[in-house]
Amino acid sequence: MSPYKAGFGHRMDTLFLKSRRFQLFQQVLGIASAVAIILLVWLGLWVTPPSTTMNNLVRLLYVHPPVAWVAFMAFGVTALSGALYLWRRTRDIFWDRIAGASAEIGVVFCALTIVSGSLWGKATWGVWWTWDATLTSTAFLLVLYLGYLALRALPAEEGVRARRSAVAGLVAFLDVPIIHFSTTWWKTLHEPNTLTVAVHGSMAWTLGLGFGAFTMLYVWLLLKRYKIEVLNGNVERVAMATALSERKMGACLPTVNLADNSPIDRPGTDRSGDFIDSPYYGEEDP
Amino acid sequence: MWRAGRWLAMWRDTWLVMGKDLKIELRSKILINQVVPFALLVLLLFGFALGPGNQLLITATPGLYWLAVLFAALLAVQRSFAIEAVDGFGDGFRLSGLDPAGIFLGKVTAVTIQLLVLEVILSLGVVIFYGSQLANNLWFVIIIAIVTPIGLSAVGIIYGLTVADLKINQTLFPMLLFGVAAPVLIAATKAFSAAIAGHIDQGVPWLDLLCIFDAVYLALGIGLFAPLLEDL
Repeated sequence: MSPYKAGFGHRMDTLFLKSRRFQLFQQVLGIASAVAIILLVWLGLWVTPPSTTMNNLVRLLYVHPPVAWVAFMAFGVTALSGALYLWRRTRDIFWDRIAGASAEIGVVFCALTIVSGSLWGKATWGVWWTWDATLTSTAFLLVLYLGYLALRALPAEEGVRARRSAVAGLVAFLDVPIIHFSTTWWKTLHEPNTLTVAVHGSMAWTLGLGFGAFTMLYVWLLLKRYKIEVLNGNVERVAMATALSERKMGACLPTVNLADNSPIDRPGTDRSGDFIDSPYYGEEDP
Repeated sequence: MWRAGRWLAMWRDTWLVMGKDLKIELRSKILINQVVPFALLVLLLFGFALGPGNQLLITATPGLYWLAVLFAALLAVQRSFAIEAVDGFGDGFRLSGLDPAGIFLGKVTAVTIQLLVLEVILSLGVVIFYGSQLANNLWFVIIIAIVTPIGLSAVGIIYGLTVADLKINQTLFPMLLFGVAAPVLIAATKAFSAAIAGHIDQGVPWLDLLCIFDAVYLALGIGLFAPLLEDL
């Protein structure tokens, strides 16, 4: 029997909500990513030297590639989770929640990639925006995943929404290889490969730290977002169960005041306690 | 593993669905009465927006042409699902026993054929309205004109089915389609420009890109159409 059919998502939900060790891990991860980002700011702005070719502009390099990496990784996780949801053997709502959480984070980081790239473009090429293939493709990717999130936001049954989103996520992710290869295929203004051309020594370490810090931040945000998604689901279920039980309770309540036999006015019911908006109102009980 | 029988059944179903869609289209004449005039109107509006100077219009012809095709593709794909929207088409497809991959390919083929007809008319439009010359390297132009709508249709049909039963699909569908079809538009425009300018060697990589797009989205549609049909 597949482990997923035995409540894989439920076990993961329990892990996320109740395991104290896991919550401790999340806290440690959050603190570690905050410390790493503070360290990155200090190294990037004060410790590392300016580049001989790019001067102080090189400091943007400690943020832009790591942020772009996280955006692409987040979209990759969305696509992979979508594929795992679509595959019958691994189908579980856990993967849909991971896909949605990762897409949201990916959109934020993708926007940050475009903003930091635009700042780079202004300083290097003198324009905020250029129709460079990588910039343009990243903008397409952002729009695609905004569409993905719009699709997810529509009210639908959980399974239907998950299947639709999984397909949209997979289709959108096909743009990522084009972005990756576009710098070599389309030969435009974009920096071909900054890691080997301009970065060395303490600069390389700082860039590495940037990748590590933002990756940790991504994982921490993903875990938090997943937990919120699970709690949202629980709230919806509890609200529905409460509404149903209140409805049933209302049907069982007395329709007359036992003290003076006067009718009790309950909204939505007639004097005999039958619900007026029921499709079976007025029919004889079987 | 796919056996020969299933393979043949898929192509038979492709033929059936394509024939059905085209037959409905021939009877309703939506393409001729609405989509083609709309695309020609877009060409005219581009002309108004860019001014009467022929040189600018000639330079911009590839981009304007493919943009008009993209707008028309949006209508064609929406129409492809609108004709199914009545009487619970999801149940109809599931009960029909047709291969989901065959349904997908049939719809893609039908939309592609409609777009090919539209492209011919739009080609005449750019020649007449903009004074563009498409006769240079006509064979290459024809290849691009055949390859491009396949990818557009494939992506359109995947997303079209994804949002088919949503009440707000008129707004969401263009957002999804235009984003993913944008690289197709870029590649088609660049290849078209290269063909018109007589630099076929510069157009070949773009044609390769279009072929890759077609292959990827066709494969994706064949694989994903079955789970998508479950939702309808």
